[in-house]
Amino acid sequence: MLETLIYGLLVGAAIFSAIQSLRADSLLRSAIWLAGVSVLLSIVIYLLGAPQVAVIELSVGAGLVTVLFVFAISVAGGEGIGERSLVPKPLAWGLIVFSGLLLIYFVLPIRTSISSVSDTSLTAVFWEDRSLDLLVQVVLIYSGVLGLVGILAEAKAPLQQSMVDEVAAERERDLQEMEITAVPEVDPPI
Amino acid sequence: MNFSPVNICLLGVTGLVAVGFYGLLTTRNLIKVVIMLQILVKATVLGLITAGNKSGQLYLTQSMAITVIVADTIVAVIGMAFAIQIRRQVGTLDTNDLSSLRG
Repeated sequence: MLETLIYGLLVGAAIFSAIQSLRADSLLRSAIWLAGVSVLLSIVIYLLGAPQVAVIELSVGAGLVTVLFVFAISVAGGEGIGERSLVPKPLAWGLIVFSGLLLIYFVLPIRTSISSVSDTSLTAVFWEDRSLDLLVQVVLIYSGVLGLVGILAEAKAPLQQSMVDEVAAERERDLQEMEITAVPEVDPPI
Repeated sequence: MNFSPVNICLLGVTGLVAVGFYGLLTTRNLIKVVIMLQILVKATVLGLITAGNKSGQLYLTQSMAITVIVADTIVAVIGMAFAIQIRRQVGTLDTNDLSSLRG
């Protein structure tokens, strides 16, 4: 009974934080409420018996992503958050209720219970059985870093003419500057 | 229906998915769209761990959840970089003003 109460409180608080993140009138508050969702869910995940995922969710979801959000909001600004939505809200609510009912219909109650408890460790599963996942993660992180560097690079001004003409004009300007600075000094008459 | 921890977590997954979908449908700010995507992915991670707890395959679902978290973080980073670059180039974060197509 106490266990059910704890789970209910944590999950309810997570949903409340998510709703507050949706309703917040500034992007910064929205990001902070999202970090709250992450913290509460990591506690639930820990209670469900997955401490490794809970730690990763807490450090990445509540730490790294929140810092990135604060950075992005400080750079990009937070205007336009109170605009009216393009989709009518009754239609959105109808779609949400319909998809929620479908989800509940297919998921609850759980009839099958597979009780095959695997005796391997997370290390064996993660590094041996799911090695393709690891490869995908490495590629994802690498492509993410490359994409981030490419996207955040300052855009250069487009060239007005072809590269050859641009270089020739630049050399011409350099030569003219050298001629101007290299005017021979006239010795004063003695 | 008995309110076991697994059922409560599945109800939580349903609620978080509903909030995330509603936010995706009604939000016009690019950064807030990324925040709503984060809520959806958190619901997915909770669903994976709940399924692993119920089925006894917790190690397998933990490794899947780690992959999902990594992919989600990369998506968030790239999404925010796009938002910053769009703000620099176009001057707005409103998704309605971004399209240059007319007709």
